[in-house]
Amino acid sequence: MTSDARIVDTNRPVAVDASWLPNHAFGHHSLMWWGTVGVMAIEGMAFALAVLMYVYVWTRLDAWPPDVLPPDLHFGTLNLAILVASLVPNAYAKRAAERYDLHGVRIGMSVCLVFGVAFIAVRALEFTALNVSWDTNAYGSAVYLLLGLHTTHLVTDVMDTAVLAVLMFTGPLEKSRFVDVSENALYWYFVVAAWVPIYVVIYWLPRWL
Amino acid sequence: MTVDTTAGALAPEPGGEASVAELLTPHARRFGGWADAPGVLGWISTIDHKRVGRRFIGTAFGFFVAGGVLAGLMRLQLSRPDSSLIGPDLYNQLFTVHGTSMMFVFAVPMMQAMAVYFVPLMVGARNIAFPRLIAYAYWVYLFGGLMLYSALVLNIGPDAGWFSYTPLAGPQYGVGKRSDFWAQLITFTEVSGLLVAVSVITTVFKLRAPGMTLNRMPLFVWALLVTSFMVVFALPSVMMVSTSLILDRLVGTHFFNPAEGGDALLWQHLFWFFGHPEVYMIFLPGLGFVSMIVPTFARRPVFGYVAIVLSLIATAFLAFGLWVHHMFATNVPELGKSFFTAASMVIAIPTATQLFCWIATLWTGRIVLRTPLLFVLGFFFILVLGGLTGIMLAAVPLDLQLHDTFFVVAHLHYVLIGGAVFPLFGAFYYWFPKVTGRMLDETLGRWNFWLFFVGFNVAFFPMHILGLQGMPRRVYTYAADTGWGPLNLVASLGAVVVVASVLVFVVNVARSCRMGVHAGANPWHASTLEWATDSPPPPGNFHPPLAVARREPLWERAGVSGFVEGLANDPPEALVTTLLDALPHHRLAFPTPTIWPLLAAIATSVLFISSIFTPWAVVWGSIPVAITLIAWFWPSRSETRKHVRLERVS
Amino acid sequence: MDEGSALSALVPAGPQAAHIHTLWLVMLAVCALVFAAILGALAIAMRRAPCGDETSEPDTSMIGNDEPAVRRAVTFGIAASAALLITLLVTSIVIERALAQLPLRDALHIRLTGHQWWWEATYDDAKAANVFTTANELHIPVGRPIVLTLEAEDVIHSFWVPNLHGKKDLVPGRTATIAFRADAAGTFRGQCAEFCGYQHANMALMVIAEPPERYERWAAAARTSAPQPLEPLAQRGQQVFLQSTCAMCHTIVGTPANGRRAPDLTHVASRLRIGAGTLHNDPVTLSAWIADPQRIKPGVHMPAHALPSADLQALVAYLGTLK
Repeated sequence: MTSDARIVDTNRPVAVDASWLPNHAFGHHSLMWWGTVGVMAIEGMAFALAVLMYVYVWTRLDAWPPDVLPPDLHFGTLNLAILVASLVPNAYAKRAAERYDLHGVRIGMSVCLVFGVAFIAVRALEFTALNVSWDTNAYGSAVYLLLGLHTTHLVTDVMDTAVLAVLMFTGPLEKSRFVDVSENALYWYFVVAAWVPIYVVIYWLPRWL
Repeated sequence: MTVDTTAGALAPEPGGEASVAELLTPHARRFGGWADAPGVLGWISTIDHKRVGRRFIGTAFGFFVAGGVLAGLMRLQLSRPDSSLIGPDLYNQLFTVHGTSMMFVFAVPMMQAMAVYFVPLMVGARNIAFPRLIAYAYWVYLFGGLMLYSALVLNIGPDAGWFSYTPLAGPQYGVGKRSDFWAQLITFTEVSGLLVAVSVITTVFKLRAPGMTLNRMPLFVWALLVTSFMVVFALPSVMMVSTSLILDRLVGTHFFNPAEGGDALLWQHLFWFFGHPEVYMIFLPGLGFVSMIVPTFARRPVFGYVAIVLSLIATAFLAFGLWVHHMFATNVPELGKSFFTAASMVIAIPTATQLFCWIATLWTGRIVLRTPLLFVLGFFFILVLGGLTGIMLAAVPLDLQLHDTFFVVAHLHYVLIGGAVFPLFGAFYYWFPKVTGRMLDETLGRWNFWLFFVGFNVAFFPMHILGLQGMPRRVYTYAADTGWGPLNLVASLGAVVVVASVLVFVVNVARSCRMGVHAGANPWHASTLEWATDSPPPPGNFHPPLAVARREPLWERAGVSGFVEGLANDPPEALVTTLLDALPHHRLAFPTPTIWPLLAAIATSVLFISSIFTPWAVVWGSIPVAITLIAWFWPSRSETRKHVRLERVS
Repeated sequence: MDEGSALSALVPAGPQAAHIHTLWLVMLAVCALVFAAILGALAIAMRRAPCGDETSEPDTSMIGNDEPAVRRAVTFGIAASAALLITLLVTSIVIERALAQLPLRDALHIRLTGHQWWWEATYDDAKAANVFTTANELHIPVGRPIVLTLEAEDVIHSFWVPNLHGKKDLVPGRTATIAFRADAAGTFRGQCAEFCGYQHANMALMVIAEPPERYERWAAAARTSAPQPLEPLAQRGQQVFLQSTCAMCHTIVGTPANGRRAPDLTHVASRLRIGAGTLHNDPVTLSAWIADPQRIKPGVHMPAHALPSADLQALVAYLGTLK
């Protein structure tokens, strides 16, 4: 222990003795939570704007989708199922982290990564089944923007999870790393939740509008 | 030894002998993990918010001067009719880069830079939240600004205006890579801005001194908190729109191509949805400066603290509901336009509220007329005039005459220079002693102020008349028989005076850094926590940190309720408190200096710049970015061991 | 040559600009009053309050206590501001409605298309044979409402003749309209008011309001085809025109030249200016313009023409017959 770690000089008026406080915290008490939620707000706004751009293009055209078929349903819906299913190992990993259960975290994150690889693969297939190209017309551009934006999030989220998972196997570990796992899981929730409205917009709005 | 922690004891004696540092024990004087390595390595690896903040402020000031040089060239060209000094190609680049530079590379970054330096000190924190992210944000910002000016110097600068309307900036009419540099500059500055905003919000919410409840926070902190929220919700819009422009130009999407279902006005909606909040992101920090300067130089707490906070919040919300007032001349529905007229007028009320609170503070206070207050008085004159022309422009019929004329050029400079730059200069004079330990010269300060005030009004007031006389914006020349020559000449002469005033400022700074009067911890005898530590503050800011019990901790009895003990210096630990009441919650080991933010910023810049030229750069450029980010995140064994030794299971 | 009334939004020549001018006066008065009041209050505050220096003891006596007089004053200021703003809002709405109520019976319809960097105007008529096209200079009858349909060929432009009305943008892919009326005769200058590229500065529009009979004479002449040139120099000039690249972009009705990418030249000699207001229209300037428009209006889409000087002279003479 370094010698100045817990100096409490009672010659000064002590308002707070922090030496007995924990050195990490979960949930909204942690700085990491605020950083993660901040990013969620930013990206959520970006998603909302992409949806608004899609709707804007729709208001300007009569036929919808214009001159092309709607995107095929099968890969998108399959991915919806995989993403929603991935919430299970994700929730497991989050709860394990909050109990400092290293073994549970390792299992949860590994299973998450399997799902991650799966939904990235299916996402690649989704791109082939959209029945439109980004340069066909503004509708195609809007669809690719939405799907591309979400795909970027999927890829970065899986990468973050992979790096953190490796760290949980190799170390060096301390309690704050469990907070990182918990916040990473929170972000995973966000990426899955963001997919639900985007899925509806890409795959169902052309069939309803 | 007992220590009297009343205001009198902690505030230094006049003359600045005593400082808080004198009261500390020898152990705490060691700054441990807060200190940087010496020399160049320390300089590039620092994550001390003050060092990063200083270079951030200096860089933003440099871009301010560069943008001002461009404006000087524009004024030179416009000083006579039919001038052949600067042709249309160069002139279009000049006004585009001037506007882009001032809005994206000077104004918002400067305000954020001031927040990076001062917010942690004002809330009593030892560093800013996510300090490595702040270092990264600075480098990304710097590289983006350098890219913009490099393009200009190579004569391939963006030339479609700072707002880059399509289809002019689109693939068909925007030839070359010019508008791609503009769009990618947006990416650089928006990534930087968003990261700083998240960091500021987290700092304000979680790192406040114990006892600093939300309603004891300094008003500058409130202003930057509100501004940071605006950043979070507005910048994504310009990110989306600039990305869509690059996509249209690079890979053939059709967002703005009416022939394939796109719409030129989609650009305007998305851009101005960001663009209107943007000007309030610049203005609100200016109001924050005024709220700090006025009480100190009226020797009383500001009147109407709660009203001012609510006004800041109301302004931020309303700012998101005004954007169509930039589009009144288009054929968007008329009924909708009236709504935006009403909103554009209503937003004057929270600003007026703050003005009246400050006047009331001065009226019932004791005036200390120094340069910071002079700049605040200049702010009053110029901003109020600009705000009133804003009310004029809010009315659709009048806007239809004045839109896109020099009347708007006058208005925007009155509100931005009056509302943000004058308070900023006041802030420079006010806080220079804290940052450097020396006072700026008061006589040069008065010259600075008067040259700026007179020069600004001579330069910009005639533009109101020019607009009414039919002079549109963004014209590289004009015919003699329009009659616009004489007023343009007057405006150009005013610009020369403004240049002189900035030179006086630079001279003042240069001289004062070497020969200025030494300032103690609190030369202005102000009330907020940044004045409770040395000038300049040491690494780690407060040794040990303070706890507060009042809104004006250095003015009120028992304003500071004691010290925060038990935090380690190695690893550097800070106290994390609760959101509303700032109760102590846990200790957090902060990161130590590292070069990975710089390396990651270089990788990011390579990614951004090369993707101007090929979409595949997004793929292979991501690899170095990923590598540097992983290395940045990966914890070190030695640091982890130290943290584990300090762990305590809760 | 009447070069026009002073460009100004403050010299209205028709009801639209006059309504806006009224609004301007109201707003100017109210805003000047508010400015004087606020700065006056500040000045009084600075004079009244006693002076001190940095070491003056800060007054913390009001902390935790109310300051009722001050609060009343500030509240009054806010209330007064709100009341004045509502007044201005109402005035703005009243003027907006006045603008929308311009009677449009018997309106003259003109389709205006914005190009980089010139204006194309097609005068519509119920009879197809009476439709004609011109460029950069509009003649309109005094006292009759004009309805312009606004479109853009390439990028966004903006139609703005301050003496007559506010501006309206010409947006590619969209059709806008603007209606106004000139109640006084005169030559009114307009400028493109939306940055549209290199020569945005030189995209002027002349609007000539004339008594109805004079207008009808102008319109009748505008409907005619270009006369065949009688003099040999002008005949040679017509040959030069048709054999050079001119005909690829310009139209002269009555000749095989029907290019649509540049101003219609059928009656170019009757126009006050050339180059969308850039130059006065006379043989010397026309000659210089044709020889090298890039030197006068760099970036314009018209290329230089290295014509032998005899051919250039003939061409200018021919164009001079196109009244």
